[in-house]
Amino acid sequence: MSPSRPPGSPASPEDEGVGIPVVVPSVDAAPHSQPVAWRHRHLLDVDILSADETELVMRTTDAMREVLGRPIAKVPALRGTNVTILFYEASTRTRVSFEVAAKNLSADVVNIATATSSVVKGESFLDTLRTIEALGAGMLVLRHSHSGAAQLAAEHFGGSVLNGGDGWHAHPTQALLDLYTMRRRLPGGTVAGRKVVILGDALHSRVARSNIWSLTAAGADLWVCGPATLVRGLEAWAGSGVGPASRRFTVTSDVNAALRDADVVMALRLQQERMSGGLLPSLREYSARFGLTRERLALARPGALVMHPGPINEGVEIAPDVAEGIQSVITEQVANGVAVRMALLYLLAGVRGPR
Amino acid sequence: MSGRQIMSADELRRATVRISHEIVEKQAGTSGLLLVGIQRRGVPLAHRIAAAIAEHESAQIPVGALDITFYRDDLSLVAQQPVVKGTSLPFDINGMTVVLVDDVLYTGRTIRAALDALMDFGRPSVVRLAVLVDRGHRELPIRADHVGKNVPTSREETVRVHLAEVDGEDSVEIERMADLPGGAPAA
Repeated sequence: MSPSRPPGSPASPEDEGVGIPVVVPSVDAAPHSQPVAWRHRHLLDVDILSADETELVMRTTDAMREVLGRPIAKVPALRGTNVTILFYEASTRTRVSFEVAAKNLSADVVNIATATSSVVKGESFLDTLRTIEALGAGMLVLRHSHSGAAQLAAEHFGGSVLNGGDGWHAHPTQALLDLYTMRRRLPGGTVAGRKVVILGDALHSRVARSNIWSLTAAGADLWVCGPATLVRGLEAWAGSGVGPASRRFTVTSDVNAALRDADVVMALRLQQERMSGGLLPSLREYSARFGLTRERLALARPGALVMHPGPINEGVEIAPDVAEGIQSVITEQVANGVAVRMALLYLLAGVRGPR
Repeated sequence: MSGRQIMSADELRRATVRISHEIVEKQAGTSGLLLVGIQRRGVPLAHRIAAAIAEHESAQIPVGALDITFYRDDLSLVAQQPVVKGTSLPFDINGMTVVLVDDVLYTGRTIRAALDALMDFGRPSVVRLAVLVDRGHRELPIRADHVGKNVPTSREETVRVHLAEVDGEDSVEIERMADLPGGAPAA
């Protein structure tokens, strides 16, 4: 299945070529001084966000960071709102991040771990949705192993749905916290014209897919680099371009070309469960050819940002000394994640359903 | 598009200067004094008052900005979330005299929210309120300590404060809401 490929860019497995030439990145995301009003009830992926709306999320995140710096890091904005966090997949940082974010806004948080819920008795997904809605949930944060689960939830749930990751499809809050972290750290506060490299298992990565969308929209010179088996299909997307404006990015297996003069290097978690599919000869070979080591990082610009969405396989996709080095902003990503999720919960809570 | 002017630029300036004198008089000096402007037009007003105090008392009063959006009591009623403009209180408010500054005092709900927001930052010894215009129609037991101008209004009217820092000019106008293209109440 290829759930997240946008219309008009079908997968073409036979297209195994790498190294699509660099195209001047589109800059259709110039900074706007006047943010627009928010109109989305759900956030299923970043592809619904206009440049103005992304700007509004970034500004609201600034305000949430200020809240997080207060002696009492809690505001009553979502008092009386029930936020239910329903995760069908294992997660620590995303689930806790959403929970902390909702609590900082004074929401009432209900956590459902599906392993101990009626899901194990065979309750269907839609029945579970109806049940939690009847129990008063106004906002639903959902993670599911099936791509499109968040879409299905949005069609049936009366409140707001915030996608916390669905299958290979999308992870919008991760892409937005990555964008926010880059903008805060890059000189000039913008990713436009910056060389950003997504390194690793892009094929199975919803983080990569959402980031490809938001980073090309923000005008970055985006490179996706990994073993041919793990970037397969993305060349077709790169070739046809992202979105209606056909924003280009580069797909390659040449790690040196990708890293050279990069401003940001984002290593992706190698999903070891994919190893069984014969996509990689061995972990050691992957690490030797594509791991982000200090030597490889030296190819990037001095002070280039090192990012990782976590959880990290230390010594596989990233060397421990790089993950903990001075160029790493990985813990900052986690901290910014709370602020971004507070901003999104706040914005979505203002748009009510048709009930 | 403009309504009836109720304060000119000169009147606005004089009212601001008078409020600055009143604040210092009530505090019997300038020690322990902090100015906190409520976003959005309370912030430039607070800076103007601080500048006036600096001129006649040769004392620099710290100025902060308070965004009360997250504390509004109507968040579940408004159609869309208001845009947050940001809070910046770069000082310790504990034990200080905090003068809240806003442009228009109307229902008092903004001030209620501002008091809640302020208390999350600490425990000031005194909180006072300075407003450029008091237009009446309070819905909560709140009053201002320093008022630039009392203006009798009806609920169908809107008081518009224009400040050079935000709007390019200084003036206060009153207009009927029916004349406004989807205009929201100012306070």
